Amino acid sequence: MGRTLFQKVWDAHTVRRLPTGQTQLFIGLHLVHEVTSPQAFAELRERGWGVRFPKRTFATVDHIVPTEVRERPFADTMAEAMMAALEQNCRDFGVPLWDLSDDRQGIVHVIGPELGLTQPGLTIACGDSHTSTHGAFGAVAFGIGTSQVRDVLASQCLALDPLKVRRIRVGGVLPRGVYAKDVILAIIRRFGVKGGVGYAYEYAGDTVERMSMEERMTICNMSIEGGARVGYVNPDAVTFDWLAGRPFAPAGDAMTRARSWWASMASDPDAGYDDDVEIDAAALEPLVTWGTNPGQSVGVTERLPTPGSLPDEQRATAVDALAFMGFDAGQPIAGTPIDVAFIGSCTNSRLSDLREAARLVEGRRIAPRVRGLVVPGSQAVSRAAVKEGLDTIFREAGFEWRGAGCSMCLGMNPDKLEGREICASSSNRNFKGRQGSPTGRTLLMSPAMVAAAALAGEVVDVRSVQ
Amino acid sequence: MSPAVERSTASADHRRIRQIAGTMIPVRGHDIDTDQITPARFLKSIRFEGLESHVFEDVRAALRRDGGAHPFDRPDYATASVLIVQRNFGCGSSREHSPQALKRWGIRAIIGASFSEIFFGNSVAIGLPCLTAGEDEVEWLLRTAERDPAAGVTIDLTEPAATVGGRRVPLAMPRHAQEAFLAGTWDATALLLEGFDDVEAVAARLPYVSGFTDQSGS
Repeated sequence: MGRTLFQKVWDAHTVRRLPTGQTQLFIGLHLVHEVTSPQAFAELRERGWGVRFPKRTFATVDHIVPTEVRERPFADTMAEAMMAALEQNCRDFGVPLWDLSDDRQGIVHVIGPELGLTQPGLTIACGDSHTSTHGAFGAVAFGIGTSQVRDVLASQCLALDPLKVRRIRVGGVLPRGVYAKDVILAIIRRFGVKGGVGYAYEYAGDTVERMSMEERMTICNMSIEGGARVGYVNPDAVTFDWLAGRPFAPAGDAMTRARSWWASMASDPDAGYDDDVEIDAAALEPLVTWGTNPGQSVGVTERLPTPGSLPDEQRATAVDALAFMGFDAGQPIAGTPIDVAFIGSCTNSRLSDLREAARLVEGRRIAPRVRGLVVPGSQAVSRAAVKEGLDTIFREAGFEWRGAGCSMCLGMNPDKLEGREICASSSNRNFKGRQGSPTGRTLLMSPAMVAAAALAGEVVDVRSVQ
Repeated sequence: MSPAVERSTASADHRRIRQIAGTMIPVRGHDIDTDQITPARFLKSIRFEGLESHVFEDVRAALRRDGGAHPFDRPDYATASVLIVQRNFGCGSSREHSPQALKRWGIRAIIGASFSEIFFGNSVAIGLPCLTAGEDEVEWLLRTAERDPAAGVTIDLTEPAATVGGRRVPLAMPRHAQEAFLAGTWDATALLLEGFDDVEAVAARLPYVSGFTDQSGS
């Protein structure tokens, strides 16, 4: 029987079996940012260790950076201290850093692929759970905590257990107004927020094969929201063509050799899976979350569930979520008024996301009561969008056009919800307090649905706007 | 414990964790995410010190507003060391700040129906054992802790099992984590630094490490 991409990558990176029974796994690419690394670098200093593979380690700043006033020192002294710490650490340990003054800066999961650092067949680790994004390229990529950041810095390795692999075959043509974001929300809705624990998700099927790299990144990005630490798509010509010409991608003869190795890492046709499931893309409609975890979503034409109608194990969480959101069981999701519209985050802040949202708002104005924010994923995305005039379209529609960063996805910078505000958000998490206000509320949806909600001032079916 | 683990632990004696004894603190709720345990604004620091004062901060404040009291606000749980939780505890963000905050607050072990993978791994890495029990057993532990905050609990990681008021509750934990706690090797860096030649050898045979410049390779 053949092997899956996960097994091939795992085997190729296995250093040895540790006495505890775990695998010592070599990490091909380590991405570092300001929030989860300072304590790790401090421990390296304390223990007298260096960074073993500084050439396979890259840092940027994204979580805490202001998107409006970006001059140093930052008004927020804690943010300034974190920035200064990362600069010092990268200098002392020889790690390249792309900071705000560098035009390569951006959300770590946007710039890795953009620069061609993210490649098929690699193991990729970063102190951020959305590292699964890089799996779109056929890498085995996963989030780690700060102690593991220390492990990778010091040894370029991690102690891990292999995962099982669930293949999710998505088939059929996505209806108009239904996007990659809806596909992954549908997957999480179906298998639950812990359905993927212990699994790597392999996204396959003709729908995924037809998707662009940006769409594949959106899907892999939210694997962790379904409990799967790793999500990936087998690399193919779409992947290779996307990488060609990028700064860190191989060129010339090296690229020819790379393509052949990358292709060899894809799952074999006769590979065995621990689980194999199918999703009908043609049957999907735009999805919107109504609760406080990403599995709590409904189609935009549906009504919120009654807790009694849910499986036993989801009931208590649903009752709690309805109370937090201030929603009634059985109410339609369409028509829910919104206060804020946020287009951004490592899930949906790439050029294609901005283009689609801009197409909808062009020549229109967002509702007067709505605060609209567009935050490009990277400075490169921002430049490309400006070149096409997207910034002007958004500004003329009433949106604020900001600098690159994580922004209101998690509210670690000045971009936060206030009080009980409701935000239509293209981000990945609707946890209580996630967007910076402990009582703030998040409705996750595709960037196009966010644009439509911004125009209407309430949740609407994007298919009625186009 | 395997002889191999025994050999590699000469310097890890003081880190061995075999038994945890104390009282319990119950926190009900499935899918409690790390944003609830440690809201993101408290990650704005270059240290872990002080996180313990903000464990469950927003949940606690919300309960206080409604006239209630979160277990982490109740004086009768103030010295508890074993946290009892339900399903998928610690889902969401990879922030190690969450297990760090709990450990610094005084939690020495967590028993739950299930844990998120990243939270579990982060907890192992800082010497905080997370053990699973059956749904009925978890419910019994929650009720016992709710009824009697002073009820004693002893966790023995060798079995692994917990004993509460004469009742033995079987627990489970992946073998590697159990070995790591018993051997004191849960801080993996030292293990990973051993035999660095092997690491160099793996790097040398991965074609991308040299930028696919080696023409003799694949």
